[in-house]
Amino acid sequence: MTNHMYLPVIVLLIAGAGFAIGPLALAWVWAKKFSPQKSGPTKNAIYECGLESNGDAWIKFKPGYYIYAIIFLIFDVEAVFLLPFAVAFGGFTMAQSISMLVFLILLVEGLVWACQKNVLSWS
Amino acid sequence: MDEQLKNELRRQGVVATTLQELYNWGRKSSIWPLNFGLACCAIEMIATTMARYDLARFGAEVFRPSPRQADLMIVAGTVTKKMAPQVVRLYNQMAEPKYVISMGACAISGGPFKQGYNVLKGIDRYIPVDVYIPGCPPRPEALLDAFLMLQRKIDEQQLTGPDRPRHLQAELPSEFTVPECSEHDLTPTRNDAIWQVPLVNISNAGKNESGRD
Ligand code: SF4
Repeated sequence: MTNHMYLPVIVLLIAGAGFAIGPLALAWVWAKKFSPQKSGPTKNAIYECGLESNGDAWIKFKPGYYIYAIIFLIFDVEAVFLLPFAVAFGGFTMAQSISMLVFLILLVEGLVWACQKNVLSWS
Repeated sequence: MDEQLKNELRRQGVVATTLQELYNWGRKSSIWPLNFGLACCAIEMIATTMARYDLARFGAEVFRPSPRQADLMIVAGTVTKKMAPQVVRLYNQMAEPKYVISMGACAISGGPFKQGYNVLKGIDRYIPVDVYIPGCPPRPEALLDAFLMLQRKIDEQQLTGPDRPRHLQAELPSEFTVPECSEHDLTPTRNDAIWQVPLVNISNAGKNESGRD
């Protein structure tokens, strides 16, 4: 039988599932047998350092900073590429140089776009 | 199984135990306190958890910042009337089984501020306290002693039968009334189910244990 190859995997799978389900089942049996559930309005309420929670959790946040963060990230990655690019510049073929320049131009274009959209000035 | 046989077996390298012992051993060896302090006593509580006194030796080093994961509430410090509702609410939000250590004169009775208009005269008016530690502030050794006392208390608890602790009895409450700040005092001023005014009726003195009616 070729199936025998996978037998250890199946055994491990069942043992793994047992480790996950076993404690949960034990806890369930324990709760049924000895320790009754005791829930109540305060216990089920949202935890907020002892204070009653105030207002709605679904509020709007001004995402002002995230565009900065994204632009920073992009140029961070660009710097990582620029360094090896500068080192290996002498040995490049035409096609490699052009593809690198296209990469740079795309990013610079993005910066110009960001500038025009006024996202670089904090308001 | 009687103790003698158990000891004999243990000497031979066989550990015999009961479900109850195992359960109590597990509970008493992993009491996680709730991470909060109220006043000067909290400094001593913090010192107890640090390397010099090392509460971690008893399995209680994990101070949980959420009541959902905590087993023990150490009321360490002055409970002002403004703070009392929050303390009771946090206690209510803790999962069973839960224990309370009332640390210091303030948490027991109001301590040096007993005459103060804004200080609660003992947290036991609202939540059931397991161990009281007198002192102002109690030294870390006193907190360790209280902790060991709580462990002994847990060790003696029954798993079945009418004497089993509150968290095993379905009909006993797990939540207690949260007081509210009103014009002059908290309402209600106490939870009558767990705390009564210690009034002594002189004519009953000596007849029954508490001297009450
Ligand atoms: S009992 Fe003493 S040390 Fe503790 S909180 Fe009260 S005043 Fe501070």
